[in-house]
Amino acid sequence: MGDFAQAFQIAFNLLWSMDLELYSIVYLSLKVSISAVLISCAIGFVIGAALTVFRFPGRRFLLILFNALMGLPPVVVGLMVYMVLSRAGPLGVLGLLYTPTAMIVAQTVLITPLVAALSAQVLQELHLEYDEFFRSLQLSAREKLMALLWEGRFGLVTVGLAGFGRAISEVGAVMIVGGNINHMTRIMTTAIALETSKGTLALALALGIILIVISLLVNTSVALIRAKAREAIYA
Amino acid sequence: MSKRTIGFVGGLVWVWLALTSIAHAGEQKSIIVQSTTSTQNSGLFDFILPRFKKHSGITVNVVAVGTGQALKNGRNGDGDVLLVHAKSDEKKFVSDGYGVKRFDVMYNDFMIVGPREDPADLAGEKNIIAALRKISAAKAVFTSRGDDSGTNKKERQLWKQAGIDVANSSGSWYRETGSGMGATLNIAAGMNAYTLTDRATWIVFNNKGNLKIMSEGDKRLFNQYGVLLINPERHKHVKLLQGQTFIRWLTGAKGQAAIASYKQKGKQLFFPNAPSMTH
Repeated sequence: MGDFAQAFQIAFNLLWSMDLELYSIVYLSLKVSISAVLISCAIGFVIGAALTVFRFPGRRFLLILFNALMGLPPVVVGLMVYMVLSRAGPLGVLGLLYTPTAMIVAQTVLITPLVAALSAQVLQELHLEYDEFFRSLQLSAREKLMALLWEGRFGLVTVGLAGFGRAISEVGAVMIVGGNINHMTRIMTTAIALETSKGTLALALALGIILIVISLLVNTSVALIRAKAREAIYA
Repeated sequence: MSKRTIGFVGGLVWVWLALTSIAHAGEQKSIIVQSTTSTQNSGLFDFILPRFKKHSGITVNVVAVGTGQALKNGRNGDGDVLLVHAKSDEKKFVSDGYGVKRFDVMYNDFMIVGPREDPADLAGEKNIIAALRKISAAKAVFTSRGDDSGTNKKERQLWKQAGIDVANSSGSWYRETGSGMGATLNIAAGMNAYTLTDRATWIVFNNKGNLKIMSEGDKRLFNQYGVLLINPERHKHVKLLQGQTFIRWLTGAKGQAAIASYKQKGKQLFFPNAPSMTH
């Protein structure tokens, strides 16, 4: 119980004292995860829309595949990205291992299937609603795809947030490809793992509390922006 | 409206990507050192690396994993320098052509820690082999790293010397955590188990709970750390000059003095023992 109280105290002190080390770790966490989310959305939304609009053999299988890959274990993704980016691997010449870029790659691989599967879900429901309307306008498949993405934008923001949640909270993949290097590839989750292994549990928990607060802030600001945007349209 | 929104979102993405790429622009001299959890968790690197940077201008980026994984990563060429603690494996690494030359850097020792109640009646047993036999005879819970780290290699070697086949007891009283030293100490504290730990990690570890030192001082518990450069002939990208600068500093007078002066809780954690002149 003492540890819990102490953890809140440490978390508060760290935030209050503007601890530079902490802020740079928070910054890197956000940078890596937001970059991964942006890339994943660019890929995943298009995949989701394509799976909704186009009918082709293997479509159903792809939907099941992306749904299954939502549960990809981060540590497996980390291992695969490590083997590809390692100096002994196919992309070793790029020298990307143990850089923030490698962490972005790993998280992108991790969450793209989730973004694709969830956006397909959102867009399919929308598609049912708009099908006749689209037909009456005689839209081409490409136009339909763009229209769906635009009309589904609010639902897709939620999909992006789900991706962000998975990215910012994972530790298995970034630990392997980032190496948890101080001042270079250390982020919130790997810092928590490190402090736990040192037995400084209160500090580890304090970092966890801060991570949750950040997650809350990101979700709140997105919710606010979305509400404003809705208001602008429907008011 | 819609075009403006798209333009706005596009602009945001662009600004984000531009901001994040700035951070990469300031390239500086740096090397990657594959090392062990014990050297990182003890805080040694945080103490000596700023001194090295002041001396040389080179940033040392440490990836802390078990010695087994460090050697594997080194074999793949993922890093410039290895600083690990499994002498025979390091020598093999060099003789196989993956490393250039190995130097002793520093040492400390291993010891057995265990619960205060001491179910295997270990307290004060100086002979490590006898201590292990007592644990096995009492079937007292023992947590092993089980991760092929330097500490794990040493531990398996000691069990072998004691003539005990722990594989038979895996999952009963012999429990392999497959994690780093700190994580294994956390587990040992939680299960009231015995475990083999290096002294540096133990001294700085903050969650000792009911654990205390049970057996220490046997010569066989010697823990030697060595440093070596990954072979640039095999991996062209290895930063030969910067790596060598680090090894020379570490095994030279300044590095050795820095190691000796690092203390935690009033105790010296590592004892320098590099050969007096290394090149």
